[in-house]
Amino acid sequence: MSGPSLMDSLFQRSLEDIIKGLRQQLIGEQAFISKALEEIRKEIKSTDLSTKSTALLKLSYLSNLHFHDLSFAAFHALEVLSSPRFSHKKIAYHAISLSFHDSTPVLLLITNHLRKDLNSTNEFEVSLSLQCLSRIANVDLARDLTPEVFALLSSNKLYLRKRAVAVVLRVFEKYPDSVRVCFKRLVENLENSDPQILSAVVGVFSELACKDPRSYLPLAPEFYKILVDSKNNWISIKVLKIFSKLAPLEPRLAKRVVEPICDLLRNTGAKSLLFECIRTVVTSLSEYESAVRLAVGKVREFLVDEDPNLKYLGLQALRIVAEKHLWAVSENKEVVIKSLSDGDPNIKIESLRLVMAMVSEHNVSEISRVLVNYALKSDPVFCNEILGSILSTCSRNLYEIIVDFDWYVSLLGEMSRIPHCQTGEEIENQLIDIGLRVKDVRPELVRVARDLLIDPALLGNSFLHSVLSAAAWASGEYVEFSRNPLELMEALLQPRTSLLPSSIRTVYIQSAFKVLVFCLHTCFVRGGSIVASASLNNLPAGVSASVSYESFDEFSVENGADASVVHGQTCASAPITKESIVNLLNLVELALGPLLGSHDVEVQERARNLLGFIDLTKPEVLNSAVQEKDDSEGKGVETSKIIKLMHDAFSKELGPVSLSAQGKVSLPDGLKLKENLGDLEMICGDLEPPSSNAFSFGSSYEQKDGLSFSNLQIKEDSEQTNESTSLLAEHRKRHGLYYLPSGKSELVSNDYPPANDPILQGDIDDNADNLVKLTAESLVPKRKSNHGKPRPVVVKLDEVDEKHVAMKKPESRDDSLSGAVRDVLFGCEDVPPTLSQSNLSNKLSSKRKGKEKQHTDPHAESKENVIDDGNSSLRRKDRSHGKERRHRSPRKKNAEERKETNQKEKEKSRRHHGRHKSRQRAEEPLKVSAQTPVIPDFLL
Amino acid sequence: MIKAVMVMNTQGKTRLAKFYEYLPVEKQQELLRGVFAVLCSRAENVSNFIDAESIFGPDSRLVYKHFATLYFVFVFDSSENELAVLDLIQVFVETLDRCFKNVCELDVVFNYSKVHTILDEMIFGGQVVETSSSEIMKAVEEISKLEAASNAITLIPKSASGWRSR
Repeated sequence: MSGPSLMDSLFQRSLEDIIKGLRQQLIGEQAFISKALEEIRKEIKSTDLSTKSTALLKLSYLSNLHFHDLSFAAFHALEVLSSPRFSHKKIAYHAISLSFHDSTPVLLLITNHLRKDLNSTNEFEVSLSLQCLSRIANVDLARDLTPEVFALLSSNKLYLRKRAVAVVLRVFEKYPDSVRVCFKRLVENLENSDPQILSAVVGVFSELACKDPRSYLPLAPEFYKILVDSKNNWISIKVLKIFSKLAPLEPRLAKRVVEPICDLLRNTGAKSLLFECIRTVVTSLSEYESAVRLAVGKVREFLVDEDPNLKYLGLQALRIVAEKHLWAVSENKEVVIKSLSDGDPNIKIESLRLVMAMVSEHNVSEISRVLVNYALKSDPVFCNEILGSILSTCSRNLYEIIVDFDWYVSLLGEMSRIPHCQTGEEIENQLIDIGLRVKDVRPELVRVARDLLIDPALLGNSFLHSVLSAAAWASGEYVEFSRNPLELMEALLQPRTSLLPSSIRTVYIQSAFKVLVFCLHTCFVRGGSIVASASLNNLPAGVSASVSYESFDEFSVENGADASVVHGQTCASAPITKESIVNLLNLVELALGPLLGSHDVEVQERARNLLGFIDLTKPEVLNSAVQEKDDSEGKGVETSKIIKLMHDAFSKELGPVSLSAQGKVSLPDGLKLKENLGDLEMICGDLEPPSSNAFSFGSSYEQKDGLSFSNLQIKEDSEQTNESTSLLAEHRKRHGLYYLPSGKSELVSNDYPPANDPILQGDIDDNADNLVKLTAESLVPKRKSNHGKPRPVVVKLDEVDEKHVAMKKPESRDDSLSGAVRDVLFGCEDVPPTLSQSNLSNKLSSKRKGKEKQHTDPHAESKENVIDDGNSSLRRKDRSHGKERRHRSPRKKNAEERKETNQKEKEKSRRHHGRHKSRQRAEEPLKVSAQTPVIPDFLL
Repeated sequence: MIKAVMVMNTQGKTRLAKFYEYLPVEKQQELLRGVFAVLCSRAENVSNFIDAESIFGPDSRLVYKHFATLYFVFVFDSSENELAVLDLIQVFVETLDRCFKNVCELDVVFNYSKVHTILDEMIFGGQVVETSSSEIMKAVEEISKLEAASNAITLIPKSASGWRSR
């Protein structure tokens, strides 16, 4: 036409030019693309459709492979679409399906283009249009084009018909009312003999049945026929998908399909179909023992196959079986455990899950131990996978399978020291949870917590911080079980705690407070007078015995709980105890002083609380330390009172709290919320503003000073008690044994011992064999007397803990699509579709025994019903459905007539076949009157 | 239902991307990168599955096949069979091979439209409609002919013919 368009079309770069250009621009790719985009923007405005379409094609390319938005060209795409040329249309449709979505403004303008092309005589144009519709259809498009799609559903061109069938899925989804128009034709296509059509229809139904299986139960006979007759693997797979959704809803259907599926399972040569059969059996037909046996046999073939895909899928199938048939896993356990060391991460993870499925209370400790060792050697990802699954398995149902909590708590401690461990938060939760719930485990918990706290190297690992927080909390809360509270205190206040995030530091400070109060209380209040301490009652015999043994031997001057327990009177009067208390107070002041200037208010406040308490008590403590004996007079009493008060405040036991607990508390009568807090003022009054403090925030000099100080302390301690510190922990870890009398004399020489031991174990295969052996032993049913001590009580809160899951009930999805489908399938007169549905299924399931005569199902339309109609209708108790029975009768006659006419051809076929056919015929009147309830006669 | 088909080379360059639900281009790019990050970390001779739920959300599976310099990736949901989709990848690659005679990465690079046409003949709106590579070839050839025919008219466009006669 005009000059510029001619120039454009002559010198326009084609898509190939762009691709070639891009390949040459190794560095300036972005620049090249933006230049090309600039050209395209110009070209796309051209009035010449060839130029325009080439520009659009180039734009689509850049959008698809170089991620440039092409929404600006939406209208241009429509213009190209209006071209009469096929090649232009194709480019336009491609661009539209790449870029259009529900909120594209010009979407509505496309309706007429699509309609025109849907009615085209060129099947490829129709196909392009259908394809586009399947991508971009919204409510309006689906509604407006339903008639065209409906017409195409019975097109005699197979190429178009299967595409029309496929597009129905999107149309139904967007515009459910189209079901009323198209559904019947869709169902008719189920009887098409052409495998391509059938494949498309079955595919659509398998998608639909995924979303709402119940609505498609009435079509079971058709699907059954396809299942039995189909020779095409694709179709069989899809039908199996449908049945795996339908079978759980209808026991009699399951009973019916189990045989044909088993036949397929035995005879098919295609692995994909075989796997689908297996999956269907293990997910939906798991009550049929023989079928499951057969499927598991096939799974075993998969497991030993060379192909890693089959192996992986086999393991997956096994995991589904394991939920109901654990024997299937134990039968294949060698393979499963060998797979733990497979090179393929998928296979490893799958087999790990299976190993965890085998865990029971008898073998949990052995399996966990081996797996933890395994984790030490695995790559980080798999390591955390292992740890995560141990944690979740062991904590399942409130630690259902754990009998020996001491063991479990020390396992948690051990797990947190594994180098790649990233499951800190879960370990934290479990440590605290167990502390709250299981009283008997607390001494061990404190021991584990101490081992974690005392190791300065752990503070550097940010993944461990949450574990440390739990350890700090536990050691503060249950300090009365500690063998050496002073040591704990040092651990809590060690300088490297500055590496912790402030939220965890606050836990440390609060725990230090608790420990301090406990020490003071033991020393001053309980000291001389109270011999039978509370902690004595709480300590299990074994622990207190070992404590006393050690105390006598080595730390005769040790203060703290055990000392007071064992030595009673001597403790309180021992001068060193008082001295150490003074040291303790100094240590706290030294460590917490700088924190008064902390930027974090929580840290600052807690540090201030603790220091305030020290200010309050220190004079008396010093006083009594000097006077040595005379501490029960005058002010000393007051201090002990304060200490006692604080101690009482902390000694109240914390328990797990139910989520709904708050609501249950009624306001007590005597509670005065505005009571004068004079006492508190007295305590706080002693505090001074932080600015007066000599230590500035983050002063490195002070930090270093403190560091060396407490390092010294720790070293000293560890040398003194050389078996109690990290040496023993290391030793235990290395040998997996507890309470070994330490033969080693090496000292802890380095300041920061490695958090983890060098691994001494053999190679992975050893472990696998080991595990095989273990599980082999542990899967043999054992005598109950396996464990020495009874399982401790685990506190449970019934409402919250137990039935937390019960909340999610299967809600019947009654959205508009399934509603429409039901309307079509069950007829409109069938008043509330959901109600009748549930009636039906209730009745069906209650009559599982298969005594067909007794079926009272009002909708039943089977041949059986026709044959012994007399009996069954007499027996009917359900009077409310009289109306339906009335209008059933003409159809009954129909069915009877057909039965006679079809008698001969049916003779050979099996019973359900015959019934099925009559059902098919019976559907013909449906076209006339869609209201007639059509219900799976086949199911009866 | 098939959710997406991707072809990328071993350097992570996308060669084909088809999503059967609309996704903004940024999201597409993110997904492709996520997939490639997992793909390139996998050894040879391991299974052809990847845990797709972390990338594509719940109820998604992913199988891939590695041919020469290209990864062929199919993402789908629980209504497809994993092994069948693997076969489908095979069909796709076979068809490409037939179409381009010993297909290599360059063929896929330079035949953007044709590769899309082949894929569209196999998968329609996320549904598999054709699994026979000879049928696919037949349709693709028809379409190419049709395109050529409609372009043949273009060779003497109004503008060009006007120019000649001038």
